Amino acid sequence: MTELLEQFPVTLKHAILDVLSKFLPEWLLPIASAILSITPILIVFPTIFALTTVVERKVLGRIQNRPGPNRVGIPLTNIRLAGFGQFIADGIKALIKEDIVPRNADKVVHFLAPIAVVIPALLAYSVLPIGKNMTALDLDAGVLFFFAVGSATELSVFMAGWSSRNKYALLGAMRAIAQMVSYELPLVLSTVGVIMMTGTLSTTQIVEAQAGGFWHWHAATPWGFAAFFLFLVAATAEANRTPFDLPEAESEIIAGYFTEYSGFKFALFFLGEYLGLFAMSGLGITLFLGGWHAPLPALEVVPSWIWFFLKLGVFIMFFIWLRGTLPRLRMDQLMNLAWKFMVPLTLITIVAAGVWRFMDPGFTRCLTVTAMIVVPYLLLSNALFTARGVGKRTYRYAD
Amino acid sequence: MLGTGILKGMVETAKNFAGSYVSDERLTTVQYPEERQKLAENTRQFPFLVFDGNDPLAGMRCVACQICEKECPPQCIYIEKSKDKKPDHLGKPQFYPARFDIDISVCMSCQICVEVCPFEAIKMDTEFELSTGDRFGGLLFNRDQLAKSNAHYNKIHPTEAAEIDAKRADEKIKAEAKAKADAEAKAKAAEAAKAAANTPKPAPAPQPPAKPAPPSAA
Repeated sequence: MTELLEQFPVTLKHAILDVLSKFLPEWLLPIASAILSITPILIVFPTIFALTTVVERKVLGRIQNRPGPNRVGIPLTNIRLAGFGQFIADGIKALIKEDIVPRNADKVVHFLAPIAVVIPALLAYSVLPIGKNMTALDLDAGVLFFFAVGSATELSVFMAGWSSRNKYALLGAMRAIAQMVSYELPLVLSTVGVIMMTGTLSTTQIVEAQAGGFWHWHAATPWGFAAFFLFLVAATAEANRTPFDLPEAESEIIAGYFTEYSGFKFALFFLGEYLGLFAMSGLGITLFLGGWHAPLPALEVVPSWIWFFLKLGVFIMFFIWLRGTLPRLRMDQLMNLAWKFMVPLTLITIVAAGVWRFMDPGFTRCLTVTAMIVVPYLLLSNALFTARGVGKRTYRYAD
Repeated sequence: MLGTGILKGMVETAKNFAGSYVSDERLTTVQYPEERQKLAENTRQFPFLVFDGNDPLAGMRCVACQICEKECPPQCIYIEKSKDKKPDHLGKPQFYPARFDIDISVCMSCQICVEVCPFEAIKMDTEFELSTGDRFGGLLFNRDQLAKSNAHYNKIHPTEAAEIDAKRADEKIKAEAKAKADAEAKAKAAEAAKAAANTPKPAPAPQPPAKPAPPSAA
């Protein structure tokens, strides 16, 4: 039973492929195989997105002591499904809304931008190991591919902001570029330690290196924990989530770069953003939290892909929790955090990972590496607070 | 240290999140169409016309004096006086509104009409579910729609209505007593006149004015 469930998606794909091979020409089979690998990704992750929109609103509501959406259920009945029909209603609304394009907009770029948001976000899933033998595209340089594709969203964001001919959109796009370029650096640097340790860029092999329980995960080592933490912060910024949602900042610049988008194009931006967040979470799981491995060897009866999605759920809940807690940063605070805190600290974690690799296992190693990270952390955070612009506000003329 | 404030905040929101499932005190939302909050007694939405008894037209307190129409700041009241008269609760013949319209899309619920009405005829209703598909005709209330019984008024504003009822009952008693006294005085005067006519004696000293009878007599 376990065996069957474990490889169920793979066996299903092979079974369908066997049937197809009987009446498809030889040269079409690789394409059919690729399509069969892509289809689950195209179904599962947008479904998770749809559910997340409801869950997010409900959890944010609970954080603010209100129930959140709880009305929409099955139409024409009194079944309410605790509000989980909401995303269907929202989707239909987005589909039937008028699509407004500003008269002075660059129409081609304006049309292409939402597509250019979703495509790279989906491409990033191709290298994520969702379960055992379940990587759609097992590249040797999977991590590199992920970051290369991920940074393409910056282009689409700027396309949207520039083509709209709207001041708010342009401001949002400018902010987005500044933020994403700044945080790309700590994001990539925080993963270098993992790549050094495993000696590979292939996501599948990185996951295999963490087999055998949660103490083998990279996040369980001092340098790995620090790197995971920095990765999490950089991923939040890269996905434009609160507290780094300056590019959207609805209280300041309406909706930032997608101010001039309506209807389904707006929904596509929304989708692309969440898909990017999930992909980023997936990479975090792969690099630091053991990928699809169960936290305990005894728990391996549960199929690997279920573990991946459970971990993804924890990530999503964490991001929602973060959104419900933290206010938005100021632009200078954002930049200070990236360049004066995150980048130095990620460089230190790389050195710490090297030290971890070459010292003998034992208590001394643990203590040395922890000290190597905690001391700079304290110093850097102190410097960040005393630096101009961060910390307690001082007034030149008042007081 | 960087991060302690964030942690404190995270604990606070986590407390809220978990607490809202456990304690009803935290989750104060009232699920409106199914559940309703009890309205405060002084709730006011839009004016209505009070009538006594069961017949809206016969019991209508409004005498079409048009004070409210003139005082209404947004001028949302339109009144047409009747040609004939009907008796009011004291039996006095009074005009009544042949037409009384309030455009509640214009009304700003200021309650000035209620304050200026000398006849306690216009009061504020608590009904707020007034949405309609027809935003012109549907929001223009005519006399028959506006007329609501005194019992309704007693239900929505009990204290205020009880005071007014007591005052009006008192007025009525006084008026009846006065009418009775007047009638008695008239009868006496007639008798005296008769007696005077029958006997050629000089008329007696004028009677002192009849005292109003005690309320129990009425």
